Amino acid sequence: MDNVKDLLVILIGSSLVSNVVLSQFLGLCPFLGVSRKVKTAAGMGGAVIFVITLASFVAGLINQFVLIRFEVRYLDTIVFILVIAALVQFVEMFLRKVMPSLYEALGVYLPLITTNCAVLGVAINNEQAEYGILTGTVNGFATAVGFTVSIVILAGIREKIEYNDVPKSFQGMPIVLLTAGLMAIAFVGFSGLL
Amino acid sequence: MNKAGERLYNGLVKENPTFVLMLGMCPTLAVTTSAMNGLGMGLTTMVVLAMSNLFISLLRRVIPGRVRIPAFIVIIASFVTVVQLLLEAYLPALNKSLGVYIPLIVVNCIILGRAESYAYSNPPVPSLFDGIGMGLGFSFALTCIGALRELLGAGKLFGAALMPEGFEPIRIFSQAPGAFFVLAMLVAVQNCMKNRRKKEGKPYEKIGSGCSEDCMNCSDKGCSKRFYDTGAASAEETKADLPKAGPSKVNTVNPNTAKAQSDSAEFEFIDLDKGEN
Repeated sequence: MDNVKDLLVILIGSSLVSNVVLSQFLGLCPFLGVSRKVKTAAGMGGAVIFVITLASFVAGLINQFVLIRFEVRYLDTIVFILVIAALVQFVEMFLRKVMPSLYEALGVYLPLITTNCAVLGVAINNEQAEYGILTGTVNGFATAVGFTVSIVILAGIREKIEYNDVPKSFQGMPIVLLTAGLMAIAFVGFSGLL
Repeated sequence: MNKAGERLYNGLVKENPTFVLMLGMCPTLAVTTSAMNGLGMGLTTMVVLAMSNLFISLLRRVIPGRVRIPAFIVIIASFVTVVQLLLEAYLPALNKSLGVYIPLIVVNCIILGRAESYAYSNPPVPSLFDGIGMGLGFSFALTCIGALRELLGAGKLFGAALMPEGFEPIRIFSQAPGAFFVLAMLVAVQNCMKNRRKKEGKPYEKIGSGCSEDCMNCSDKGCSKRFYDTGAASAEETKADLPKAGPSKVNTVNPNTAKAQSDSAEFEFIDLDKGEN
């Protein structure tokens, strides 16, 4: 039962307390770039959940059975970045052939995720924290859920900002960054949870 | 040797990666909690950038065009690993405070961007100095932002107390939200400059405006879209689907490629992608 409790702590910790975008600044690019509309933001979030969960599972397998086994852990960065890039490419081709409907929904976002630093960041975090395969995958899933929650909230706020009168210099990126900063303050409040 | 000097000036001032081009914003925000961290991150990135530029330039006739991005990534990742091991051995404290952001230098847009737009089409010596110049520009910018955040957030500079007794530190600035606020101000200042230049009819193309374009730019430039040529078709759709491509986006892409274009006509990969579509 202890194990289940640990997993729950990781689930909440990675998705809310140390939110991947708002407190670790990973995956900032899609967070700011694809958050115009709630619908696209949710699509991006779905794709990120899919890719990060899969990538942290695969990275966990490689870490366990290749890097640790052959004592080449110093090669982690090189191996992970190549495996992740190839994996995303492979997933895209696989989805296009086998599940066209899912590809319709997620396909356009997949190329954008290849070197999203969040994917590599999760893999390296898992490795440095010495998580096992299951724990690592749960951590990846939780991180991606945190990303999705924050990007959807930001998109919701941005849809409202469209109608506001923003000073000229602050139009575009600056006001979005200020919004993100305020959201980050709100998320700091979660640190009391654990 | 004059060219080397010109490259240094270009990286430090004319095309400063942070203040002008707005590249590599993720590490910029994450590690600038203090001036020392900013400087450390900047110098680490500079070493990787200079070495990878040098080697990519040396190997530019050996690497075939179609697989150059994976080749660049392997070269960059190797140098990142080397630097990471060196830091672990000689500067463990810095290594600890930069943490996961050291391996993440691999996905820093600046490095892949310079490899693609300069080193791959220029001789080794200018490429090396291009890397050093860009790296110095990045270090300078990170140190400035770090110093500002440290001063406001803790009342210190490089760990030494500077502010008068009565100063109450605005803690939020050295925490995560402060990074967003500082960057927001930075972009607002840039927008302001851009608007003024536009009004006066001066060229403003080189001034970037914000993180989103950086990343869209990055996904155009290779990190994702051109990793393999098969990605091209769907990335085109993505572009149409994504909000805001606008003229300013084209502008941010340009400065990177402009230099290389003057040296060696068009990039061949641009043709490749068009062919795929």
